[in-house]
Amino acid sequence: MTGSETLPAEGLLAASWLLIALPLAGAAVLLLGGRRTDRWGHLLGTATVVVAFVIGLLCTVQLAGVEGRSVQVDLYTFMQTGTLDVQAGLLFDPLSALFVLLITGVGALIHVYSIGYMAHDAARRRFFAYLNLFVAAMLLLVLGNSYVALYVGWEGVGLASYLLIAFWYRRPAAATAAKKAFIMNRVGDVGLALAVFIMFAQLGTTDYAGVHGSVGLLAGGTVTALGLLLLLGACGKSGQFPLQAWLPDAMEGPTPVSALIHAATMVTAGVYLIARSAPIYDATPTARNVVLAIGAVTLLIGAVIGCAQDDIKKVLAYSTVSQIGYMFLAVGLGPAGYVAGLAHLLTHGFFKAGLFLGAGSVMHGMGDRTDIRRFGGLASRMKVTFVTFGLGYLALIGFPFLSGWWTKDAIIEAALDHGGTWGWVLGGVAILGAGLTAFYMTRLMLMTFFGPARWEDGVHPHESPPVMTAPMVVLAVGSVAAGFLLVQAFPLSGWLEPVFGEPEEAGHVVAPIVVSIVVTLVVALGVLTAWLFVGRREVPVTAPARVSPVVRAARRALYADTVNESLFMRPGMWLTRALVFVDNRGVDGVVNGTAAALGGSSSRLGRAQTGFVRSYALGMLGGAVLVAGALVAVTAG
Amino acid sequence: MSIVNYLVLAAVLFTIGAVGVLVRRNAIVVFMCVELMLNSVNLTLVTFARTTGTIDGQLIAFFVMVVAAAEVVVGLAIIMSIYRTRRSTSVDDANLLKY
Repeated sequence: MTGSETLPAEGLLAASWLLIALPLAGAAVLLLGGRRTDRWGHLLGTATVVVAFVIGLLCTVQLAGVEGRSVQVDLYTFMQTGTLDVQAGLLFDPLSALFVLLITGVGALIHVYSIGYMAHDAARRRFFAYLNLFVAAMLLLVLGNSYVALYVGWEGVGLASYLLIAFWYRRPAAATAAKKAFIMNRVGDVGLALAVFIMFAQLGTTDYAGVHGSVGLLAGGTVTALGLLLLLGACGKSGQFPLQAWLPDAMEGPTPVSALIHAATMVTAGVYLIARSAPIYDATPTARNVVLAIGAVTLLIGAVIGCAQDDIKKVLAYSTVSQIGYMFLAVGLGPAGYVAGLAHLLTHGFFKAGLFLGAGSVMHGMGDRTDIRRFGGLASRMKVTFVTFGLGYLALIGFPFLSGWWTKDAIIEAALDHGGTWGWVLGGVAILGAGLTAFYMTRLMLMTFFGPARWEDGVHPHESPPVMTAPMVVLAVGSVAAGFLLVQAFPLSGWLEPVFGEPEEAGHVVAPIVVSIVVTLVVALGVLTAWLFVGRREVPVTAPARVSPVVRAARRALYADTVNESLFMRPGMWLTRALVFVDNRGVDGVVNGTAAALGGSSSRLGRAQTGFVRSYALGMLGGAVLVAGALVAVTAG
Repeated sequence: MSIVNYLVLAAVLFTIGAVGVLVRRNAIVVFMCVELMLNSVNLTLVTFARTTGTIDGQLIAFFVMVVAAAEVVVGLAIIMSIYRTRRSTSVDDANLLKY
């Protein structure tokens, strides 16, 4: 924070809670309304998000005129126990405004697209209810003014993501993928929860202003712990190494979900968390270096795996993993990279959502097939999809003057400017990643849209209806223009100045123009290689079995699942089995044993009840003699 | 006369009664043995009342007689009804109430 005061909200900004309330109300109506809302449910779901976008836009315009560009909306007391006092409130500042516009803007487009995409699905209303729930939770995540509010939204998007991945819950693969996503997210969420606990314990407050204002009071180790725990949470949500394995599996969900949640918005929450916690990371170079390392590793493994996948959505998913790696790398650089990372996040939101919608359109036309080895030659059959997908592709690989070129180059420059060996390593990795991105995206493009048709029998590709292509066109325009607008025309660094401070003019290690040329050459090399490998030859319809170990490893996602299974799942199952054994034999044994002993002895004692009056009389006599004897003994003694 | 004689007689009567209750099977005899025990106790009570010159013991003896009379009525009625259903007055045949 740069010391600019946070003002109480006025005017429309005071009503910014409507942003969250509207989609939430939409979800409630659709979920509680039942079948009665089937006919107009999708329209209501879309309308709430569109209205939220309009409100968000107006709020942002109003925010631009506010002194210090940061306002606070106090809502109510969330919890109050002892010295702990958590107020539920919203913070509307340039950073949250960016996310609000991204979420509601891309969200509204994808809602429109879903009307067409899910038209033949009997459960379309439920789909829109979950989408609305997601939008509400995501807006709470970015608008909350404290880590607790963020946590609530964080869990909310996790829930929505789970529900939507498992939307076709009758398919075992979807149910498994949803569980996997949920469980791996929990691992990260534990980190975030622990970070919030530390804030409670050490600072007694969790709102951004309070925590960031008193970071200096904490011991160095505590700050580093905070940074690393927040990073763990971010890694889980954003599919970063070592918690990346759930994201590609999440593609089992409907394609609009992949576009909205698993490409444009939710998975970038980790980047938001780190950018929002900038004052914490500024105080701990250790945690920041870990962020850098994770970003670099993830962007490489995502790109490498992407090169060997044959499923159109899986390729895009690994591309997302890789691109978020770029964003982590950028925000890990500190003040030099926050703006670059967020700019890439926004442009990525456009072109990756557009690519996913394009993939959805292709699947729609190909009868839900995803194997790119059975595509080919679709360019002439699906012209709009081809052009919009192509523009998204060019933006992603960093074709000069399209979105990705502006923002990815900025990240690579910032990485090189980090200085020293570390800077060279990071910059080198980022450039290598750009080359790999060009390779796998070109491969995807060539195998899907060019070459001879390799369709299975009975497939009749056709263009999607306008309700689907219109959002794709809008996103394609964004893919082309967003980078220029955000970097050159209306620099994001100026807009975000109240959050991250004055952009400092760092001394360049390498001149930006040289970086641009080198990156463009590497990208061209990647495209050329892909053409040599894929475009020039005939593509076999089944994946060749005789391949190098590298390709085999990349096909198996670098054995991430194997590692997770052998390191965590199997020992975990052993542990549960051992605990079940202890519970059955130990705990239950003690309880059952006690009961059996009591039951056995009482049935044995019951044998004394013979039913013979004379034996009872003998017992009474014996008892009387004993009593008498005792009396005599007592009085005589 | 020493009170020992009375007490010894009472003890002998009580013992006969107790042994009778324990060893006889006929319900009527068992019943009479119970009466014998009660009366031996009455004898003891009256003996001590005479010795100490108070009437408390005699009073209690009368109570015992009243209770015994009532008990005889109920007891004989029970024996009668058992006999009607089981055609037997042996106490060992009335042994249904058990484990």
